[in-house]
Amino acid sequence: MESDFLQTMTLTFKLALITTLILLPIGIGLGYYLSQTKSKLKPVVEAFVSMPLVLPPSVLGFYLLIAFSPKNEFGIWLESAFDIRLVFSFHGLVIASIIFSLPFMVHPIQSGFSALSRSLKEASYILGRSTIQTVWYVLLPNIKSSLLTASVITFAHTVGEFGVVLMIGGNIAGETKVASIAIYDEVEALNYGVANQYALTLFIITFTILLAVYVINKRGIRSEF
Amino acid sequence: MIKIDIKKTLHTSDGKIILKINKEIINGDFLTIFGKSGSGKTTLLRIIAGLDIPDSGKIIVDNETWFDSSKGINISTQKRNIGFVFQDYALFPNMTIRQNLEFALNNKKNSHKIDEILEMMELTNLSNSMPNTISGGQKQRVAVARTLMRNPKILLLDEPLSALDNTMRSKLQNELLTVHKRFGLTSILVSHDISEVFKLSNRVLKIAFGQITSDGSPNSVFSNLNLSGKFKVTGEVISIVKADILFIVNILVNNEIIKITSVKKDIENINIGDNVLVSSKAFNPILTKI
Repeated sequence: MESDFLQTMTLTFKLALITTLILLPIGIGLGYYLSQTKSKLKPVVEAFVSMPLVLPPSVLGFYLLIAFSPKNEFGIWLESAFDIRLVFSFHGLVIASIIFSLPFMVHPIQSGFSALSRSLKEASYILGRSTIQTVWYVLLPNIKSSLLTASVITFAHTVGEFGVVLMIGGNIAGETKVASIAIYDEVEALNYGVANQYALTLFIITFTILLAVYVINKRGIRSEF
Repeated sequence: MIKIDIKKTLHTSDGKIILKINKEIINGDFLTIFGKSGSGKTTLLRIIAGLDIPDSGKIIVDNETWFDSSKGINISTQKRNIGFVFQDYALFPNMTIRQNLEFALNNKKNSHKIDEILEMMELTNLSNSMPNTISGGQKQRVAVARTLMRNPKILLLDEPLSALDNTMRSKLQNELLTVHKRFGLTSILVSHDISEVFKLSNRVLKIAFGQITSDGSPNSVFSNLNLSGKFKVTGEVISIVKADILFIVNILVNNEIIKITSVKKDIENINIGDNVLVSSKAFNPILTKI
């Protein structure tokens, strides 16, 4: 039982960590684009990014399940071309989590970029620096607290995700069984003690992470002004 | 020589206006673009910098085409040899003063240049300070120092002194003039402060609703302003020009210029920048230092 618990917790945090690491560069790219663009497509992109906030997770899980199904053309192509099966696998969980946690990464970064004075970017251009140099050396260092907030909320949200994971991952120990599913599982089996062990662990860890973020951000702001 | 012939539709709080400028600026000039907010003066500066794109027209600087809508030429901001001092100075908050200057350096081997410029602008002591720990006047000096790192031909100044108090403003105006002369710059300043225009520039473009309404020396541009008919007013002396045996004293009163003819004896103890009382006695204005 103890090893089951550890295995599940490790898997949960591994999923959250990988999702956060992949989403960070995606979030920076999309957040920068959305903060700068004047394109007519902007509301469309914003709507897509925000959809996971309002859509029931089961809807997304359902469509991903259909899309990744080995009976489907896309699923068949994935399996024949890359030998990847995304349904009921860890890879599938990662992709589903990336899509589902996207707004949690993009929104703080986008508002961080938007809050910076336009003249910072322009001053860097006038000093002869390219867009990439400007983003890397001037803009990103000035939105550190947004980056931290975005990463931590994405991480915590992925740890807490239930619906999508259940739909696309199933409940395979060591492969796709994460803590939130395990709690549900143990309650179903009337093992309230184990369920509580999972629940309390998640409760304490997420609280600690969020507390740390708020403390660090507060300090950061103090040292800046 | 900068040749500008551009057109751009602007959406301002007063509605849609068309910015239409066709002017030449001689190298070495200190030109002020003067006008109310929303008249298009900052946009004109941004167009020269390549930060805004005109709807049509041309910008040619020393026979080099920076912008030509008919040929599809638009040289990027990075490749235009300009300095730009923003109203909010735009110092990078994550870098020290020294690093702000270093960021502007193309070749890191030239780091001795950082020391030279820091020294010249009296910023050596602040070199390791962060921008948000220094005063407004110091920030402005750093912003100018940073633009000088790239040896610009043209210095563009977007109301860089508007946030400072009068004493600091006057000091920095002198510094801007020194830098302008020492580096042989062509400077273009956006301002709505008449005394600043008189002090700094040799040419003024007055702009209203996107059109140039007058062009010339500060004296000629502002002499058309309504003369004040009050008996007693106070103002600031902004220039004293000798005309034959008389002196013409320009005095700024509530954003209007009063011209007073005076003899040497009356203005002996009056200097530019002094506050004076202008009063009329038997139709002869008399200046009294206050």
